[in-house]
Amino acid sequence: MTSAPLLFVDGGWTYLVSIIVVSMTVSVTAICLSTLFGIPVALAIGFTDFPGKRVVTAVINTGMGFPSVVVGLLVLMVLSNSGPLGSLDLAFTPEAMIASQFVLATPVLMSVSLSAIEGVNEPVRDAAYAMGGTRVDVALVVIKEARYGIVTAILAGFGRAISEVGSILIVGGNIVFSDGTSYTRTLTTAITVEARQGRYEVGLVLGVVLVALVLAVNALGSWIRSKGRGRGTP
Amino acid sequence: MTIQRRRLLRVGLACSVLGVAGCVSTGSLGSAPKKDESDGDEDADGDGDDGDEAIGDSELILATTTSTYDTGLLEVINSEFESRYDVRVKTISKGTGASIRTARDGDADVILVHARSAEDAFLREGYGVNRRDVMYNDFVVVGPPADPAGIGDATTATGANTATGAFAAIAEAESTFVSRGDDSGTNSRELSIWEAAGIGPSGTWYREIGKGMGDTLVHADQTGAYTIADRGTFLSMADEIDLEILVQGPIEGGPALLKNSYGIILVNPGRHADVNYQAAMAYVGFLTSPAGQSIIENYTTNGSHLFYPNAISAEPNFTQYVPGDYDREESGRMTPDRVASTAASMVLGDPDGVSTQRVNPDATGVDER
Repeated sequence: MTSAPLLFVDGGWTYLVSIIVVSMTVSVTAICLSTLFGIPVALAIGFTDFPGKRVVTAVINTGMGFPSVVVGLLVLMVLSNSGPLGSLDLAFTPEAMIASQFVLATPVLMSVSLSAIEGVNEPVRDAAYAMGGTRVDVALVVIKEARYGIVTAILAGFGRAISEVGSILIVGGNIVFSDGTSYTRTLTTAITVEARQGRYEVGLVLGVVLVALVLAVNALGSWIRSKGRGRGTP
Repeated sequence: MTIQRRRLLRVGLACSVLGVAGCVSTGSLGSAPKKDESDGDEDADGDGDDGDEAIGDSELILATTTSTYDTGLLEVINSEFESRYDVRVKTISKGTGASIRTARDGDADVILVHARSAEDAFLREGYGVNRRDVMYNDFVVVGPPADPAGIGDATTATGANTATGAFAAIAEAESTFVSRGDDSGTNSRELSIWEAAGIGPSGTWYREIGKGMGDTLVHADQTGAYTIADRGTFLSMADEIDLEILVQGPIEGGPALLKNSYGIILVNPGRHADVNYQAAMAYVGFLTSPAGQSIIENYTTNGSHLFYPNAISAEPNFTQYVPGDYDREESGRMTPDRVASTAASMVLGDPDGVSTQRVNPDATGVDER
């Protein structure tokens, strides 16, 4: 019965593993959703010319720097019981955290992949057309050419999502059940709990775990990129 | 070209499968607690008038202060409650002000907080029902062992109210004082002490940091500053910091102004129909029962008691149910049938009816029992 039992019941494994699982589940889901949404939109913007394209691009770039606490507040106000989507009962759930991380990561992902797509040379596109490719073929050629940039975009979005603390603290509520399993507590919000109780060392250990996770995901990303490079050049 | 297209489509397909898998696993994560809904039906409440569910939807959202959470008390209470009632408790720990806002928005089912004036406003506005006293401890004024402002001496000299004396000494010496500044229970008590001391704290020595109790203690420790803390959080962190108690609260013979009372309030289902009222009632029932109260009484950290239960008493204590400054005459005038029932209780000989309003005259929740 001390103030630090969560990390020390059965060596803290239940607690540690469950917050890692929550962190990864929430961030990976948010990134998958934001990839499914962001890449097609970035392609559409990159492929078409329309008036106001500069404005749209500027808005997306601004979104990269959007403060996470503001996103958290807005998402909470929307999902709160007294907000417009209150009937869904999503306040203080992992789904709410996914929503806020989606909002945070999508501009990063779109912005980086958009510049990768626009970086694909005009001659490449023209060549694809010239070889008799349809619009879809051209799109696939561009994706192939821009794939490093797109993988980088996904990794950047993931980095923004998993290291973020402001919004998920607000919309998730940092909940852990009394048996030490996390519901909406992630590595980052767990670190805030340790910091506010003066247990800096424990917080640092959690920070090391977080960095290790991000490193692992980035290693996976660069492995995918290098593999792509190996196969991609016929 | 076509071969590459196929490969890319395959990658795209794999990505979307991953995405869906992520969603599904989160879905199961979110609904996991609901799976054991049916298990505890019999032992939870035997009356059976709520159909096939145990209690409500067997999830309870408790918004509470950082002090009850950071001391570890709630973990013990909640695990006992969960095993008895098969209700999972989701605890959100913020300051009292933020907890009340969460409850007002209907995002919590029950709140456990410690700022009587804010609780009273919550009750008056109709968002809260069924308030009960749960426990108390006290606030302590803490600071560096060297005590640069000499508040230890100042308080013994003034005698009358040592908390205001200490604050006056800090203000006079312009020693750094760290304020929660977060509309929490501790923060509102701190402000009422400044008010009682007749000082409007301002200047570079007075720092509002807008953080929880633990953060504030750590901040004060790092900067050699004074602050006010609830005894529970201070004791639970005593190993981590070098601050010392310079003014004791009423538990150790200090002034009543430093008493720290915790109340539990349900969110009014008349305002938010989807709150889990039954589970919240069960939680209040457990916390104020002999079993719950004895957990509070026996909970220790580093060998010290942190909280003292006060829900159970042979004597009536009506002020815990209504706002501290509740005036029955005044609210009786609003509706004719209220007047009638008030009159009836007068006739039936309810001599405490009027006097209970004066038992607890100040809105800070300090009572002299």
